[in-house]
Amino acid sequence: MTEFERKILGIQSELLMAAGIKILQLNLGYKCNMTCKHCHIEAGPHRDEIMNEEVIRTVLDVLRNHNIGILDLTGGAPELNPHIKYLVKEAGKLNRHVIVRSNLTVYFENGMEDFPDFYSEHNVEVIASLPHYTKDSVDKVRGYNTFKKSIEALKRLNNLGYGKSADHRQLHLVYNPIGAFLPSSQKELEEQYKRELFATFGINFNRLYTFANMPIGRFREFLIRSNNMKKYEEEIQSAFNAATLEGIMCRHLISVGWDGKLYDCDFNQILGMAVDIDCPGHIHDFNYALLAERKIVTDNHCFACTAGQGST
Amino acid sequence: MSDYYNDEDLGRFGEIGKHSPDLFKKFLEWYNSSLEPGLLTKREKVLIGLAVAHSVQCPYCIDAYTKSCLSEGMTLEHITEAVHVASAIKGGATLIHGIQAHNAADKISL
Repeated sequence: MTEFERKILGIQSELLMAAGIKILQLNLGYKCNMTCKHCHIEAGPHRDEIMNEEVIRTVLDVLRNHNIGILDLTGGAPELNPHIKYLVKEAGKLNRHVIVRSNLTVYFENGMEDFPDFYSEHNVEVIASLPHYTKDSVDKVRGYNTFKKSIEALKRLNNLGYGKSADHRQLHLVYNPIGAFLPSSQKELEEQYKRELFATFGINFNRLYTFANMPIGRFREFLIRSNNMKKYEEEIQSAFNAATLEGIMCRHLISVGWDGKLYDCDFNQILGMAVDIDCPGHIHDFNYALLAERKIVTDNHCFACTAGQGST
Repeated sequence: MSDYYNDEDLGRFGEIGKHSPDLFKKFLEWYNSSLEPGLLTKREKVLIGLAVAHSVQCPYCIDAYTKSCLSEGMTLEHITEAVHVASAIKGGATLIHGIQAHNAADKISL
């Protein structure tokens, strides 16, 4: 039994179980125009894992046949999947709400310039990475000139009506700590972000999500290299908050890998930890009833999602 | 840190409570309560903690409050400004005592 399982059984009688499937989260591929230091996917321009059209058609069949209201697109940079526009349009026809996790800088790549307009036209909710509101902090983690491009992209999204209403064209930002420490209060950081981004650049957005860095991928390499691994693991364990278990994302979604394999979350996907053995492991064999009540596969990295206010 | 100061020792702080548990419990309650947001935000409080940590030159506190400041979204620019405030006040406190020296000298001088 892992430390995480021991923790869960210390506060409730059973291990983590799914509570339905509200969200189908698709990893459209590991290809990205960036190589961020904290990326758990280890995404980059060199990656060639991309979800193909056949898997995407199967995903659409699943959406058509089951009452799953939200399609959540991630990557890599989801925009670098050549089928993304087809997927968004078809999901829209099925009245599914589409979320895209965007790095913002991809809109400056050749042929990608129209994505803000496309997202606006299809009322896609944008969740954008911006690990800080200052240039040096962002460029240090995400690469030279990233902050400038991100600000330009946010201004374009604002001009299209993003970030100004709670009902449509929602624009959320994501804060990741820029090192081996946990995020503080989401509310206070959101106030800082809103104040600073509006005062300096006139930028509006809806919500700030604070996510703890997962000790896997490039962030794990950093923790090992900087001799911070043990302390960070201890920190996420000691910050365990039972109140996060109700809303923890794995209990409400299914993660579909670029090759169609099913996981409890994007992090398990990277670790190669497939859904519970009693469930179908591929989108071709999707079984709502079994998956909606499955046992969640966990390990000690899960402490990063239950630390403090949680990461959902 | 090395030699007399070991960063692992911060995690052993609780051992101080072994020989006077009631006092340590009271200290922890007071300490934790003082850092809860009140009229001052948590961000303001940890920044004060960082400045004091430098002023009293406590390596454990500097480690802990630097991390707290980063967690609160502050940058090295914020941290450095706070250290300048602590340093300036400490420097000013030394300098103002020059008046004591002047007074002392006046008392015994022709």
